[in-house]
Amino acid sequence: MSDQLVLEAKSVSKYFGTITALQNVDLHLNKGEVLGVVGDNGAGKSTLMKVLSGLYKPSEGSLFFDKEKVTLNSPRDSQNLGLEMVYQDLALAGNLPIGDNIFLGREPTRKVGPFNFLDHKKRKILTEEHLAKLKINVKSADQKVEELSGGQRQAVAIARATAFNAKIVLMDEPTAALAVKEVGKVLDLILNLKKLGVSVIVISHRMDDIFTVCDRVMALFQGTNFAQSELKNTSRDEVIGWIMGKKD
Amino acid sequence: MDHGKKRLMDKNQETLFVRLIPFFERYGILLLILIMIAVLHLLQPDVFLSWRNVTNIFKQVSWQSMLALGVFMVIVTAGIDLSVGSIIMLSLMGLAIASKAGMPWYIVMLIAPAIGFLCGMFNGIGITLLRMPHPFIMTLGTLYIFRGIGNLISGGVPITGFAEQIRVIGNGKIKLDVFFGEGAREYIPTSLILMIVIFFIFWIFLNHTRIGKWIYAIGGNPGAARAAGINVDRILIIVYTLCGFLAGIGGLILAGRTNSAYPNAGLQSELDAIAAVIIGGASFFGGRGTVLGVFAGVMIMGILRNGLNLMNVSVFWQQVLIGSIIILAVYIDVLRRQLATRT
Repeated sequence: MSDQLVLEAKSVSKYFGTITALQNVDLHLNKGEVLGVVGDNGAGKSTLMKVLSGLYKPSEGSLFFDKEKVTLNSPRDSQNLGLEMVYQDLALAGNLPIGDNIFLGREPTRKVGPFNFLDHKKRKILTEEHLAKLKINVKSADQKVEELSGGQRQAVAIARATAFNAKIVLMDEPTAALAVKEVGKVLDLILNLKKLGVSVIVISHRMDDIFTVCDRVMALFQGTNFAQSELKNTSRDEVIGWIMGKKD
Repeated sequence: MDHGKKRLMDKNQETLFVRLIPFFERYGILLLILIMIAVLHLLQPDVFLSWRNVTNIFKQVSWQSMLALGVFMVIVTAGIDLSVGSIIMLSLMGLAIASKAGMPWYIVMLIAPAIGFLCGMFNGIGITLLRMPHPFIMTLGTLYIFRGIGNLISGGVPITGFAEQIRVIGNGKIKLDVFFGEGAREYIPTSLILMIVIFFIFWIFLNHTRIGKWIYAIGGNPGAARAAGINVDRILIIVYTLCGFLAGIGGLILAGRTNSAYPNAGLQSELDAIAAVIIGGASFFGGRGTVLGVFAGVMIMGILRNGLNLMNVSVFWQQVLIGSIIILAVYIDVLRRQLATRT
């Protein structure tokens, strides 16, 4: 595997008032690598992802993209560096159509005189092309997200994350809310991204997910690094032990 | 395949009533206006559709529609602005004092929208930067503050008499001699033209610009907007500022119409504005509603009040009727949401 480091977090801590969500956590990610992050509820997985995507500012520690130190002031900053996040709560606006959600915050526009207006036609075309590329079936790109099933919403969220040639995609429990037959599609999509050289971080409780798609797995326990291993050097039982805070 | 079959079954199980709801949601409001016009025309054939009465309705709704349009944008973000009635009064008082001080008319005319702008910005900054738990609280506070300041600067007494140039916006008449012959009494109120232009501009703003799209996104899911890198606080400040600015324009129109700034100006008009927005089909939960709907809501309130006045129906019955229409409109919204979340 290539050891080209695309993302690194060094001794990141995050406090919310008196609560310590993360304490000196390290993380690194190589190009085209799928990293699984596991841990019990409250272990700090989601907080770590939100720090990496710029939604939270770390209280201490630093982030490196392509070995360069960066400060993220908002998710827009990490997007500009090629990092996209698929949120656990999906972060979609149900009242807006699929296309509007995929391009939210980055809407295609056209200039009329000094003004920038939304280019509705271009957005529709780009949306349909992108959905077709990912083999996502919906009635229409104009369908409102609130009218979609859980699996379709997850698909829209992933479509949103990958619409701008992301280099790194973070997925928080991408299969948690899905029907069994929809899980396979999402896992296929992750492996597809890996083939394209995209690096993926997957948070999951499901060992099936981790052992299907990941190259490496790391465990958080009570907001700290607990263990990590190449997937081939570990087992399901060992990883489950890490989640519960047990190490031989 | 399975999915399609299931949908088909759902379709068949829907009663006629349920299937008609989306139709009424979209066109019901226009239907309601047409019915109201038809009924009032039958009841008052000589008066209701006369040029004089129709222009009167438009002159009355023109300043109220500015409040409704501003409050509408705020409600789309799932917020509320209770202070617009006080903003209209404060901007009117500011205008009157500037006028009395002998400032040139073009400065005086700018004062009302400028005061509205600043009041709105104050609301927006309070809601975002001070982290007030809900816009209701901030704007309830400024409802008292702005009217209090208006009374402090005016001494609590009416100020009357403005220059003709200032009154043009609210009281100007565009003569239609060309169509009706020399010296005809038919005219179009300037305030109607202004209202149409402003509604058109805001329709473009909300439907064809990114900020407009983000306003709807914030109302739908503020978390999604934030995750998309949208500066939600900045957009909210813009929305409340524009709301105040529109109330200031309303103050300018009212100045022309009444030729007077008075302590009770705009009293409770924030509630009329909210009512018009809700009747116009916007959801109080945010993210839903159209500019055209607001216009329709304003017209329904205006036509209803006008028609009931023409027929000498007591103000008390007007209150009962308007209240009933609000509840009915919101009930339709409730049904609509139930349908949308059904799977």
